[in-house]
Amino acid sequence: MSVLVDDDTRVVVQGITGGEGKFHAEQMMEYGTNVVAGAVPGKGGQEVSGVPVYDTVHEAVDEENADTSVIFVPPAFAGDAVFESLDSDLDLAVAITEGIPTQDMARVNKRLSETDTRLIGPNCPGLITPGEAKLGILPGNIFAEGNVGLVSRSGTLTYQVVDSLTNRGIGQTTAIGIGGDPIIGTDFVDALELFEDDPDTDAIVMCGEIGGEDEEEAAAFIDDYVDTPVAGFIAGRTAPPGKRMGHAGAIVSGSGTGTAESKISALNDAGVPVGDTPEEVADQIEEFLA
Amino acid sequence: MKLHEYQAKNVFADAGIPTPDSQLASDVDGVVSAAEEIGYPVAVKAQVQVGGRGKAGGIKLVEDADEARDAASQILGMDLKGYHVDRVLVEEAVDFVNELYVGITMDRGEGKPVAMVSTKGGVNIEEVAEEDPEAIAREHIDPSFGMHPYQARKAVYDAGVDQSIARDVSSVLTTLYQLWDDKDGADAEINPLMVTSNNEVIAADAVMNIDEDALFRQPELAEMEEEAAGGDELEQKADEYGFDYVRLDGNVGIIGNGAGLVMTTLDLVDHYGGKPANFLDVGGGAKAARIANALDMVFSDDNVDSVVFNIFGGITRGDEVARGINEALEQFDEIPKPVVVRLAGTNWEEGMEILNEDLVTVEQTLEDAVQRAVEYAGEVNDQ
Repeated sequence: MSVLVDDDTRVVVQGITGGEGKFHAEQMMEYGTNVVAGAVPGKGGQEVSGVPVYDTVHEAVDEENADTSVIFVPPAFAGDAVFESLDSDLDLAVAITEGIPTQDMARVNKRLSETDTRLIGPNCPGLITPGEAKLGILPGNIFAEGNVGLVSRSGTLTYQVVDSLTNRGIGQTTAIGIGGDPIIGTDFVDALELFEDDPDTDAIVMCGEIGGEDEEEAAAFIDDYVDTPVAGFIAGRTAPPGKRMGHAGAIVSGSGTGTAESKISALNDAGVPVGDTPEEVADQIEEFLA
Repeated sequence: MKLHEYQAKNVFADAGIPTPDSQLASDVDGVVSAAEEIGYPVAVKAQVQVGGRGKAGGIKLVEDADEARDAASQILGMDLKGYHVDRVLVEEAVDFVNELYVGITMDRGEGKPVAMVSTKGGVNIEEVAEEDPEAIAREHIDPSFGMHPYQARKAVYDAGVDQSIARDVSSVLTTLYQLWDDKDGADAEINPLMVTSNNEVIAADAVMNIDEDALFRQPELAEMEEEAAGGDELEQKADEYGFDYVRLDGNVGIIGNGAGLVMTTLDLVDHYGGKPANFLDVGGGAKAARIANALDMVFSDDNVDSVVFNIFGGITRGDEVARGINEALEQFDEIPKPVVVRLAGTNWEEGMEILNEDLVTVEQTLEDAVQRAVEYAGEVNDQ
């Protein structure tokens, strides 16, 4: 089972004629994802790898009943592409693009609150329900079907933790990369809520990192509402204050908020064990499921 | 991208925010003639992008030509927290009775811009935020509408700004928001906004950070980006290569893909008793040449005694990474520092076939790779 995506999901790929869009649309289809359309302004009427391309997302919805978009549009135009998907009444939009200006995302965020569409990302690897569908750039072969939900701010860290789980024979219901940007759609709390409500998810992994206060908010939410056991990981314990570590969000202010310590202690207080290494997180999940 | 004070002041002044008379100078005579033109007293301010310039001796108030000459010769050429001072701003010294703070930034928690006003200006505003958060009035802005004038007034009145200057401060705040919005600001701040005995407000300092991701549509600001004089040479080199790189004080060099995974690799080095020398994220989809550049970067750090390469491919391909590692290492008669490689994910098997194992140590897991790199670094230190 899964949250958000399954083999009925009908995907439109925005930016399917670009290098990344084409490559990953093919990868998604190879994995079994139901890619029904592409949307690229000016490229309507073409076909990419057997998929019909439309000029607008609206057309893809009208003609192919697309209900989900995956966005591989360059940063300068990606904010507009997300707006278009929100305006097309899709259930889900997944923005892979890295480097969207923050002010564009603030406007998207405002619009998002007025629609029923759920946004994942931007600057994220996407999400996958093993054996059913993947939306985004995650390497499908490391995932396995199972009963662990995973939510992470970092793409490659997701892969690392999933690899540890899969190697022990522990599969996943759905893995969601929410992205490391300062303004994102679905956050930890949203994802935790989805997993908590999913009868097939028996344990949850939450991978956070330094910067911001999302993990602290997630800890408070877990304390109040989540009965499914959660194991955590926080990247950036050794990061020096004041330095930006890659992700826009991953900066430790000097004042004690947003540090690995404050996140780990908030999670511990909510009953969430936090592993020192990805392997320790897998150990913990193994214990939960035993 | 952070603008220099003089650049930010020009941007603010062009938008109509009152700023003191000032001129940029790069030699002692230039400072004196600028000061004569502006009229004493003037402040001589080092133009380097580090905080706490005043305390570090980078700002001096002078009353006459002799003092100006002294101050200029002390400040020009000085090393300020690792940055070489090659220019100063000579600025009219404002006779003030009060100092305020006004600023605009993105509140990431709310996903909205926020305007801030405080009567506790002229001091470290982060400390005020920490110790007396009530002293900063905050007003969230709907980014699709912009700041309404009433919101600027509300913030100003909430902060307890005196009635006699409330109108002018509101107007500065509105202009500052407009600038922040138009120029893709990350932060725009005036601290202090000085209030004179005539109830005039003047921006005595100016901070403007631009969202790097938006520079493509801010060509005028992008042109203002200058190479910082001084600072960390390796960090400058990383800028040229376009890497996310942070230099640290350990001896285990770290290269990986993806910020979260690289931070995790740093943490594991620490966990196994080593000390990370750097954070280096090659980013997504790195090709062979980029991988070779990354190795070149880490090898140029004299503190590095061993290197761990941790790649978990998604969009990045193991075969490209392996080619880059070979390319970088095959040019040496002797490998300068031991390199441990861990490849996983997309095309890792192809990568392992390509990788020249005479040049590197291969480990299958992240834990093993990190432990091996920590061992190598320790062995160097034991010699």
